[in-house]
Amino acid sequence: MAAGTIVIKKPRRTAADQSFVVEIVKGLGVTFKHFFKGLNQMRPGGVRPDVTKFNYEEGIATLQYPEEKKPYARRFRGVHRLTLRPNGDVRCTACLMCSTACPAQCIWIKPAEYPVGHASRGHERFPEEFVIDELRCIFCGYCVEACPVDAIRMDTGIHMTALDDRGSFIFDKKKLMSHVSQDGDQLTANSRPEPGDAEHSGITRLKGH
Amino acid sequence: MITGATFWIATAIKVFAIVFGLVNLGALLLWVERRQSAMIQDRMGPNRASIKLFGKEFRVAGLLHSAADGVKMLWKEDFVPPGADKLLYQLAPVISLVPPLTLFAVIPFGPSIYPDNLRRVFGSEGWNAAASYIPLHISMADSGILVVFAMASSGVLGAALAGSSSDNKFSLLGGLRAASQMVSYEVTMGLSLVGSFMVYQTVRLEQMIQWQVDHAWGIFVQPLAFLLFFTAAVAETKRVPFDAPEGESEIVAGYFTEYQPMKMGMFALGELVEVMTSSALITTIFLGGWQFPFLKLDGFHFELFGIAKPIYMSHLAVVIISAITFIVKVALLVLLQMQIRWTLPRFRYDQIMKLGWRILLPASLINIMLTGIVLLFVNAR
Repeated sequence: MAAGTIVIKKPRRTAADQSFVVEIVKGLGVTFKHFFKGLNQMRPGGVRPDVTKFNYEEGIATLQYPEEKKPYARRFRGVHRLTLRPNGDVRCTACLMCSTACPAQCIWIKPAEYPVGHASRGHERFPEEFVIDELRCIFCGYCVEACPVDAIRMDTGIHMTALDDRGSFIFDKKKLMSHVSQDGDQLTANSRPEPGDAEHSGITRLKGH
Repeated sequence: MITGATFWIATAIKVFAIVFGLVNLGALLLWVERRQSAMIQDRMGPNRASIKLFGKEFRVAGLLHSAADGVKMLWKEDFVPPGADKLLYQLAPVISLVPPLTLFAVIPFGPSIYPDNLRRVFGSEGWNAAASYIPLHISMADSGILVVFAMASSGVLGAALAGSSSDNKFSLLGGLRAASQMVSYEVTMGLSLVGSFMVYQTVRLEQMIQWQVDHAWGIFVQPLAFLLFFTAAVAETKRVPFDAPEGESEIVAGYFTEYQPMKMGMFALGELVEVMTSSALITTIFLGGWQFPFLKLDGFHFELFGIAKPIYMSHLAVVIISAITFIVKVALLVLLQMQIRWTLPRFRYDQIMKLGWRILLPASLINIMLTGIVLLFVNAR
């Protein structure tokens, strides 16, 4: 045998293994331990580990789904929302980048100019209609990536559930604007001076520069 | 013993209590099995079936799942495979459910009741020795445990007929497996008890219990036989680890593959009733039957360390305690069988045969010889 060779002895079956009885009693010990632990946790007033947390405590691990839910991760891509400006208007400028990026082609935007006299006229457009077909959406998040003004987000934490008919899966602008983020936030993180504010450059598309 | 009309009334009551009790306990065992397996596997188990009463939802710890199952089974389509043997196909579930129920006829679930002496202490002054009594088992057959063997072996028929009559190869394989397994373990089951017969000098179960009351429990007299009989009894019930006849990874559901609604339920119920009857049998033969430790027919007799302190009790109290003791013993054994069912994996078919013929059978023969030798010395003294 070469030097440095480690000889590992093959474990032989002992008489205890062979006779089954001892091993069966050992196995019963394991199952009885779990059984009584579970029974103790399930009795009225018993405390079982909080399954809605990501922990690994021993005990009953069943999640009673509709009543108990594990929170989604912060980066979970849920149903879309349209962020708002501080004055409550939609942040979207109808640049169509999201609908262009969308691989499922589920976003449809009808852009419109602000009416004459509006501070934003000529500066940017707004979506007269903004429709997302949530049935076609594949929740890839490309629209969020594409948006230059942080107007569309998927941080609502809403898991898209089954609805009664297909029509109710088509979310319009009003519905999308009503969604809130997991923190209860509705405002855009990309707020900047609005046309008319003192900090605004005043440059518009119509005047030219 | 009582005679005449009271005998028939008492017997009818006993039969009704046992059949009604066993069938309903079978449904309860379904719940026990589901919840117990859930606890073992760190789950919660079925607990959602609910009933609405007065605008409130009652879940009753999932007990209603058994009831829901029953309703579901009754309302499902009763389909008979076109190629099946109609008569045998319909007959098989009945044959597999009736024997375990019938088996209970000879098992005593309490000491004999003397209706005239309920408030008196057994054997004391005022005890009416001439009074008639009601034995707390249905059949007074002299054959006793031989009836049990006869009934248990006819349980094979149910599985074998189901397998052969459903016109399905999986069923046929399952039926064959069930038949060969049950016949094999029948041998051990019978032979492992021969030692007990030699010790008890009787085959009547109530006399066996009386011997155990007077001397010692069977498990202390015949420990090897207890182990062998317990194993054989578990194998007879065709439950894990001996459930090769219905091994779903190989032959779908074995002999009841072609059975859908209540007929499948009857097989399942028969299995659970078998668990209860085998537990009752083990209790009767090895665990002193209805005897509570130190409880004699006239009350408690603590005879430890040379101190004898009898506590006399009325006959009624003794009977009630004894009957409850019997039920508790059976329940604990059923629980143990369920625990084993959720602890061990399934044996391979050839392993089952090897265990039966090469280990359990020789061991039971050795047990008979050892018992004979010991009895020879004990009796010669």
